[in-house]
Amino acid sequence: MQAAISFQNVHYHTDSVAIIKDITGAISSGNITTVVGPSGSGKSTLFHLCNGMKSASSGDIFIQGEDILTLTPTVLRRKVGIVLQKSIMIEGNVFDNLSLPLSLHGKRLSKEKAIEMLHLIGLNETFLHRKATDLSGGQQQRVSIARTLLNEPAILLLDEVTSALDQSSQREIEQLITSINQKKETTIIWITHNLEQALRIGDDTWVMIDGKLAAYGKSAEVASSTNDKVKQFFEGGEKK
Amino acid sequence: MTFFQLSLTLIFVLIPIVLSKTFRLGLEKDVLIATIRSIIQLLAVGYVLQFVFDSESYFYIFLMILLIITTAVHNARKKGVMIKGITWKLILTYCFIEVLTQGVLISLKIIPATAQYMIPISGMIIGNAMVLSILFLNRFTAEIENRTGEVELFLSLGSTPKQAIHRQLMTSIRASTIPTIESQKTIGLVQLPGMMSGQIIAGADPVQAVMFQLLILFMLLSSAVITSTILGFLSYPTMFNERMQFVAQTSSKE
Repeated sequence: MQAAISFQNVHYHTDSVAIIKDITGAISSGNITTVVGPSGSGKSTLFHLCNGMKSASSGDIFIQGEDILTLTPTVLRRKVGIVLQKSIMIEGNVFDNLSLPLSLHGKRLSKEKAIEMLHLIGLNETFLHRKATDLSGGQQQRVSIARTLLNEPAILLLDEVTSALDQSSQREIEQLITSINQKKETTIIWITHNLEQALRIGDDTWVMIDGKLAAYGKSAEVASSTNDKVKQFFEGGEKK
Repeated sequence: MTFFQLSLTLIFVLIPIVLSKTFRLGLEKDVLIATIRSIIQLLAVGYVLQFVFDSESYFYIFLMILLIITTAVHNARKKGVMIKGITWKLILTYCFIEVLTQGVLISLKIIPATAQYMIPISGMIIGNAMVLSILFLNRFTAEIENRTGEVELFLSLGSTPKQAIHRQLMTSIRASTIPTIESQKTIGLVQLPGMMSGQIIAGADPVQAVMFQLLILFMLLSSAVITSTILGFLSYPTMFNERMQFVAQTSSKE
């Protein structure tokens, strides 16, 4: 099966600091792949490289077999959607926020579709006309996920989307993501600090340490890796 | 007015110095410097203008306008250091405003193409454009710094750079033109404009003075909106690179 994303000797550095160091690997299509690693290990930067918010300093990235540089950025970013830890709501109500991705491409969101999306993320239709910034963190995060999903991305990048939420909201978002993965066959790549969550929901897991891909593969295999740095990370890592 | 009469007006400088001394405001030095500078600068300009008017040479008119534009660019560019090529963008904006306003006024024979009209009008128009561009650049810089997340959200959803920055751009254009528009709404009610007052004091027909003042007001209104709009549309593309990535921010995550 063709990989959703594959990396070949990818490096990324700013003027003085190397952030991504020689990453080579592939993310399987249709799977949930979790990405773990200490803070500052380059996980978020890797995401930004995948949806073209940043460009690799060297190496190649392929999205469903196509060289990322041959894709127009606006097309690439609809194909590879991203949801960040801090959900940013634009001024207006929930409907305005959900309409945003379609309005950017000259389309209109129907009320029926908006309600369908609200049901998908576990909110009812009374939320449609509520001021988006008045919602709780968990509700904003759901709206943020729905907003990205309205672009119908083939690949969905989630950057610590549950880290600011309480335990029950975390579980609800996990269920939501798992069902999206199963119903829509969307490839999910999920950065999390929560190792237990990473191993539980991830078909595959990538471990990034100091900008390098220290281990990757089936989550259970990665958890029992013999690599010293990976073992050390799992032993000292956050368990929730 | 004679030089003797002018020197008597220095009493208006003595008052703030005495007040500053009495209440220890510490303004004496600044008041003195401001007074001396304004005397030297305005007298110098007066003599230069007299020379240019007498010479009736377009070359000197051009030099004076060039000096006005250069000084305005030098002042305004400090507020837009985060925008690549801000100097050229300001030069282009001011030159456009200058050519447009003088072109309309001269071609429609509203003013004659003489130094006496062209130089003061250039000063007013470019001076206003300078203030407008400073207001615009201040607001635009603040909008970009405070709303980086929103710009990145739009981009991440597949917007073009223009769509991503549209709101910040429009807010900055609107905010920078508000003072000009608002001040025109109360003009004549709260204060008489300086130029009109000057003409009336100098003995001109008040109706003629009002007509000239209206001409200036309409030009200022037009140049205000044009300045902010041109500068805005010239500036925003420099915030993005060819891969539609937002490059204006100073810090990056991880």
